[in-house]
Amino acid sequence: MSELPHAPASRGVDSAGVVIAIALAAIAAVLVWDANQLQSNNPYGMGPHVMPVVIAIGLGILAIGNLVEALRGNLPARESADAKAVWLILGGLALLIVIIGLGGGFIPATTALFVATATAFGRRAILADLAIGLVLTTLIYLAFSRLLTLSLPAGPLERLL
Amino acid sequence: MDAFVALANGMAVAVQPMNLLYALIGVLLGTAVGVLPGIGPALTVALLLPVTYKLDPGGSLIMFAGIYYGGMYGGSTTAILINTPGESASMATALEGNKMAKAGRGGPALATAAIGSFVAGTIATIGLAFLAPWLVDFAVNFGPEDYFALMCVAFVTVSATFGSSPIRGLTSLFIGLSLGLVGIDKLTGQARLAFGIPELLDGVEVTTLAVGLFAIGEALYVVSRRHHGEEKLEPVRGSLWMTREDWQRSWKPWLRGTVFGFPIGALPAGGAEIPTFLSYSTEKRLAKHPEEFGKGAIEGVAGPEAANNASAAGTLVPLLTLGLPTSATAAMMLAGFQQYGLNPGPLLFAERPELVWGLIASLFIANVMLLVLNLPLVGLWVKLLAIPQPWLYAGILVFATTGTIAAKPSVVELSMLAGFGVMGFLMRRFDFPIAPVVIGLILGPIAESQLRRAMSISLGDPMALLQSPMSATLLAIALIALVAPFVMQGLGRFKANED
Repeated sequence: MSELPHAPASRGVDSAGVVIAIALAAIAAVLVWDANQLQSNNPYGMGPHVMPVVIAIGLGILAIGNLVEALRGNLPARESADAKAVWLILGGLALLIVIIGLGGGFIPATTALFVATATAFGRRAILADLAIGLVLTTLIYLAFSRLLTLSLPAGPLERLL
Repeated sequence: MDAFVALANGMAVAVQPMNLLYALIGVLLGTAVGVLPGIGPALTVALLLPVTYKLDPGGSLIMFAGIYYGGMYGGSTTAILINTPGESASMATALEGNKMAKAGRGGPALATAAIGSFVAGTIATIGLAFLAPWLVDFAVNFGPEDYFALMCVAFVTVSATFGSSPIRGLTSLFIGLSLGLVGIDKLTGQARLAFGIPELLDGVEVTTLAVGLFAIGEALYVVSRRHHGEEKLEPVRGSLWMTREDWQRSWKPWLRGTVFGFPIGALPAGGAEIPTFLSYSTEKRLAKHPEEFGKGAIEGVAGPEAANNASAAGTLVPLLTLGLPTSATAAMMLAGFQQYGLNPGPLLFAERPELVWGLIASLFIANVMLLVLNLPLVGLWVKLLAIPQPWLYAGILVFATTGTIAAKPSVVELSMLAGFGVMGFLMRRFDFPIAPVVIGLILGPIAESQLRRAMSISLGDPMALLQSPMSATLLAIALIALVAPFVMQGLGRFKANED
């Protein structure tokens, strides 16, 4: 809620905030660039390029607003973060995408994500987690394909089932 | 007494055995997923959307009603027993409820939350049933410019007016609006922001965005601050039942919470956060023992829980009658309708009354089921809470990605899911609100098509927006709601400088 007492913020340039502002400006630029490539042969009414431009203008203003906040150091305080754990989960997601992309199937892909996430949360028993992940994802695979008749991507492992 | 007849017809649909079964499955799934820490009702609905793909629209919407209410119920259980509210609307519940659980009064806290939710949900659903036909009659005369103006009001109120920072809220909204542009423009058939990638021509899936932002973003955020310590699960000790005194102290807060929750939920006023906190502070002021607040006062659970549920039913009023989602959960419900090509609004009431009224009637049924089933089953839900954190989040991520893999098993879609997860993590870390992104994505394209319809009727004259008294008024409201927080902030700073 907004009633929380505003701590006398550390008055200094917040570089992360500056990056956010630049990213917003970049999105705005992409919107305008893309809108310029559209044909607008709509004599009456509004073509498809109007809304992107309007949104881009809004994003541009917000980029300035975020920049001002960042320069004043008005961003909320942040706690230290465990970057290694975050990267572990992202690595698990990347592995999942690669396995699905190469046709490795649902069960190995999601098992990889399961093990990576459990490890990121502090587990140090990769073999046990591998077994748990395999059982869990096999059950999900069977439930989706048999009960809900939704097809999940099948690789060599799924074809055995 | 149109509403009575319509509701009775809806009831006839809802009590068909198959539909009762759907409602039951919805309630159980909703509670089971909603009870997992960090999973609010919006994510519960998003995660369970794929499960309903193969059902017919009627059964699926009825299951949704159960998932929605079940997710809310599960969320309050988590708030009470481990003090991790899945969403800001459960914060007040966590405040007192967790203290009660620590003092060995977890049972009565769960009971007053459940019965309060039932009372509030029932009254608010009656309110919905009577308000909806009236609003539909009113909305039938809306032109496209009026709809556009109404959506502008919703955009501003959900992002700027009630959040902690209007700039960060509007930033979230505009990111959502930008994502909404992606895909083929329906009027001219041209691709926008697709960058030659065929998967992007269909646009960004709301479920992919919501699951990425809520599930993956939350998991990344929790793991990033794992070393800051974990909340402990409080066992439910002692009796589940409320004493005579508990009842006496609970029934008035239930009713007051309903009175706060329903109207504020029905207005586009930024969800359940405001009514729950209004209810909390009111109960604190009216309580006979205000000193108990902060140490586990039952009024502080009863009131906000009722307000939360009443406002959840309230948000269904603009959603069903106008197609206007005003919370992340309502946005997910809208996505559920869209999955069948249904657009909520006056037309749906006229064309598919059995669907809309069947849904409203099943809200009553879901409410009864939750009350009857969940108090005895609470031990089972608590077991779900006891799953160790590594397996819990690993399981959540597996289930979250399964939904996307089932819907669109492509590298592009999964990369977007991961990308939205990173975005959700960064937004949490830098305190940007998440709901406006989801609402921007789902409502942006609708607002654009209404605006373009209005413009082609007026032959491109933008003054048409101001010539309809309704849209002129709504746009003025939107402008005031946009400027007000900045003015207030300026005043606040001015005052702070004076002090």
